[in-house]
Amino acid sequence: MLKALDLLDWRDRGMEYAYRLKEFRYTLRRLRHSPLTLAGTGIILLFFLTALFASWIAPHPEDAGNAVHMEAGFQPPTRNHLFGTDDMGRDVFSRVVLGSRISIMVGCIVVFISFAIGVPLGLIAGYAGGRISEFIMRAADMFMSIPYLLMALTVAAVLGPNLRNAMIAISIPWWPIYARLARAQTLMVKNELYVRSARAIGASNARILFRHILPNCLAPLVVQSSIQFGQAILTAAALGFIGIGAPPPTPEWGLMVSIGRTYMPDKWWLTFFPGMAIFITTLGFNLFGDGLRDVLDPRLRR
Amino acid sequence: MDQPVVQIRDLRTYFYTYEGVVKAIEGVDLDIMSHEILGLVGETGCGKSVTALSIMRLIYYPPGKIVSGKILLHGEDLVVKSEREMSKIRGEKMAMIFQDPMSSLNPVKKIGEMMTEVIRLHLGVSRKEAQRRAVASLAETEMPDPSYVLKQYPHELSGGMRQRVMIATAISLKPELLIADEPTTALDVTIQAQILRLLKKLKENLKVAILIITHNLGVVAQLCDRVAVMYAGEIVEVGTVEDIFERPAHPYTLGLIRAIPRMDEKGDRLVGIEGNIPNLIDPPTGCRFHPRCGFFHAKCRMEKPNFRNLNQSHWVACHQR
Repeated sequence: MLKALDLLDWRDRGMEYAYRLKEFRYTLRRLRHSPLTLAGTGIILLFFLTALFASWIAPHPEDAGNAVHMEAGFQPPTRNHLFGTDDMGRDVFSRVVLGSRISIMVGCIVVFISFAIGVPLGLIAGYAGGRISEFIMRAADMFMSIPYLLMALTVAAVLGPNLRNAMIAISIPWWPIYARLARAQTLMVKNELYVRSARAIGASNARILFRHILPNCLAPLVVQSSIQFGQAILTAAALGFIGIGAPPPTPEWGLMVSIGRTYMPDKWWLTFFPGMAIFITTLGFNLFGDGLRDVLDPRLRR
Repeated sequence: MDQPVVQIRDLRTYFYTYEGVVKAIEGVDLDIMSHEILGLVGETGCGKSVTALSIMRLIYYPPGKIVSGKILLHGEDLVVKSEREMSKIRGEKMAMIFQDPMSSLNPVKKIGEMMTEVIRLHLGVSRKEAQRRAVASLAETEMPDPSYVLKQYPHELSGGMRQRVMIATAISLKPELLIADEPTTALDVTIQAQILRLLKKLKENLKVAILIITHNLGVVAQLCDRVAVMYAGEIVEVGTVEDIFERPAHPYTLGLIRAIPRMDEKGDRLVGIEGNIPNLIDPPTGCRFHPRCGFFHAKCRMEKPNFRNLNQSHWVACHQR
């Protein structure tokens, strides 16, 4: 038998879902009014799905590794090899598809590292102020003035040229971007009355910082992360291109462009397709990031 | 009205700014009794809020600092407590609600998250128990449908409901002192009346001492048991509501009461007090009110008046009375 309380609870849940649905629809409507954001979202979705199902999509997954089919080298795009084959006779399409996994890994790890270093430091700098803030922000300035290419070369020289070190090299000069953003947001939020009322109920500094201030700073940080994700992929490709990123035969897009460069312009498919993959993915993240900012920023809501 | 909950003795809170030291509070003495509503009135910038924030130890350094004095909560001095000890006391022994309920709730947190946070922080009870207490506390503030409100975000609530939430959060741990900093200023009149009635009811039900800060003398007359009048960082007169409204002794109190617009007198102009709030970096000598006072003579400029009692409950700091 149903009790009155159950009914009440059902009504509550119903209203909660209705509310969530409304928010979701609102977001969708905003997206629909901005075809570029929609395009960005589409590209990113396609990118993630490709990475997820790469082993099924790629017709010759073994070509991502050391496979060599000398007899089939340098075939132009055909029905059999959509993007042609490279100098070792490997299927370029398969390599581009499998390369998406590496790009996702690079994007995630670089964004994660620079976020995890930069945001807490920025929050602390903004909240504590004074000498602590000066110290953190000047350190940030220092890191920002290191050219990332030089950093990458140094790290590669010291630790060896591989993808992991390339990701570390990219993350190190990037955390200050998050630190600055987080600090600026914290400065804005920390004088809000709700921070004071959190203190008035006995919340500690750490709790106020991470439970009350951080959630209110997240929107611009998420937007930045989305744009940064694309930038990380682009930068990793650049490092691969100059030979201090992933070692061959990794199907890393930048590396593939670099190898194909030797055979330009007649074997154009070696560079064109991985190059396009880099271009479209980065563009997708940039468009998505811009759109996300419009959706998340309540001041732009109409 | 028996025991003092909070005793403030010779409190001085200064703000260190580029222009100089702002002596926002200069030697305040005040007792807040258990089971009373004490009104703290005065013009904008006279130090009412700073007094309240000092009691809560919510003055941020820099620029503000409690320079000297004692704030005794049941005999324990809060001024010398560490920040960690204070965060145990805040919320549990004393709580504060702020002027603007629109901005004193965190917009990204559900009401339930905020309310259970306080309870769990201080009592360490289970989520479920905290939820139960939050509902009970909301019910105490006559909030309709409390369990549903817990699932809502602040922007879904009206101003009056938000202030109820603030009050419910403040009383959820049954504090001994509740400080309300202009709790009704941002609300419309009908809601104001509801909130004031609620505060009065809470005093009866929970035996909590309430310090209410306001510049609205109507609120004071309706709600308070005793009133303290503040001027330029000092308390100039303390008394029961009857003392203050029927026998105002300090010229400043007199001016405040005269300045209340009345419906039955159709004057051309509203009555005010001549002059402006003094600069607290370099306050007037002697009695701080003397430049604006209609009764002042030479002594007022030279000498700071001491508190004298006119009757058992009524104290004033003025040379004239």
